[in-house]
Amino acid sequence: MTPLVAPVVAPSVPSLSEMSATMLFCLILILLVPLANIGLALVNTGLGRARSAAHSMLAALSVTAVAALVYVIVGFALQGAAGHPDHALVLAGKSWGWIAIQPFFLRGVRLNLSPEALVILLQMFSVGLAGLIPLSSGADRWRLVAICASTALLAGFTYPLFAHWVWGGGWLAQLGANRGLGRGFIDGGGSSTIQVVGGLTALSITWILGPRRGKFSAEGMPAALPGHNAVLALLGCMLAWIGWLALNSAGAILFLGAEVGRVALIAINTTLCAAASALAAAVVTRVRFVRPDASLIANGWIAGLVASSASAPFLKPAAAIIVGDVAGILVVTAADFLEFQLAIDDPGGAVSVHAVAGLWGVLAVALLSNAGSSGQWLAQLVGIATLLGFVLPLTYTLNWLLNRIYRQRVDREGELQGMDLFELGSGAYPEFDIRGDEYLQR
Amino acid sequence: MKIAGFLLLTAGWAIIVAAVALLPSPGARGAFVLAGVAVELFGLALAVRAHLVLPAEAE
Repeated sequence: MTPLVAPVVAPSVPSLSEMSATMLFCLILILLVPLANIGLALVNTGLGRARSAAHSMLAALSVTAVAALVYVIVGFALQGAAGHPDHALVLAGKSWGWIAIQPFFLRGVRLNLSPEALVILLQMFSVGLAGLIPLSSGADRWRLVAICASTALLAGFTYPLFAHWVWGGGWLAQLGANRGLGRGFIDGGGSSTIQVVGGLTALSITWILGPRRGKFSAEGMPAALPGHNAVLALLGCMLAWIGWLALNSAGAILFLGAEVGRVALIAINTTLCAAASALAAAVVTRVRFVRPDASLIANGWIAGLVASSASAPFLKPAAAIIVGDVAGILVVTAADFLEFQLAIDDPGGAVSVHAVAGLWGVLAVALLSNAGSSGQWLAQLVGIATLLGFVLPLTYTLNWLLNRIYRQRVDREGELQGMDLFELGSGAYPEFDIRGDEYLQR
Repeated sequence: MKIAGFLLLTAGWAIIVAAVALLPSPGARGAFVLAGVAVELFGLALAVRAHLVLPAEAE
């Protein structure tokens, strides 16, 4: 497969056996990526309320299933892979790819150890990861059928379209070749394609659903509705860490043409980003609230992983620590700002963790890494502007239209009972009356 | 205000895409990209403001 940008370190021409070994190594990495999905599902559930815990995990499983199916049926046909044919617009003598032309149902794709097959496998998991992000923002009030329908829109259109532009040889990737903007838009691990796309969908969902009942007082002050299980959330962080190490490494090999040897640096930088971000979040919450806050530190850890995805292959370790520190400070301040100033009810902090930290990760490639040349900052800025100016209106409009056809928010009765009882008929913890009042009709 | 916000977001992006695709001079291209980002930020502010929860709605 043709890499989208110049290799990180110019490799010698690999032999066939070296290629196979690289692809086999990449396959093993990709098979670890679902740990990121599991981790995120646990974080979402732990930061949600006890009366919606089973619903949260079932929704995560449903999202994973719908995303994989829809991506295979439709998504890859629109995303394609670099070097494959696509629809292109010719402007000022330059060809700009905007959408792929592949058959549906993966027809015509050699599903073996080829780079193309590995891209499909990685994307099946990645699109599921992107779909899990809005679950966190819609917790306690988002109906299961609406979740599945919204995920289908994400996996079938929004995600593949933007991923084609970045990873499928589309116009953002071509900014370097066509306009001399560094190496074109760079994002090996998906800070933008996975995290920001998911985070902006989460923002759309919070806007469309509105806040949980009782979240804001008559004066507009937010009430604290804490998560029910910090252990689940923190365990999720650790599992996500392993998944992210694999995601960033596999992405760099497949989309940036990085050598296998670079995986060590990627793993070091990914871990440093997460560690620095979690510690920065701990310090900020310790200063602000006297004690460190477990949920915000968990968010800080994930934000560090999110920010690392775009830049990990290019950073020096010291720079990775800076990227993580900024991500940790950003996530805590953004979570406060969104809740207190903008009245956005985002129970798991999806918007601040995935959208804000993801945007910072994309920008960090230009500011702190050794990738690209002087025009790289403009390429990254164009990518960020595309996320805000195209992806946000698109995902909002699609979910708004869906909401007109099928109301996404649960009835008042469902909110009072909890999603477990109302939609599933039983609670996650039927033998433990740990939140007795939450199960009572009011 | 909500529609205006989203229209401005899209308009800002269109300015950026047009600048990148059509302008040959790096200086002019950079200036138009920054102008497009400014338009987007204005649109984002409008969209956010349109979604602010009024105290009466919060109950």
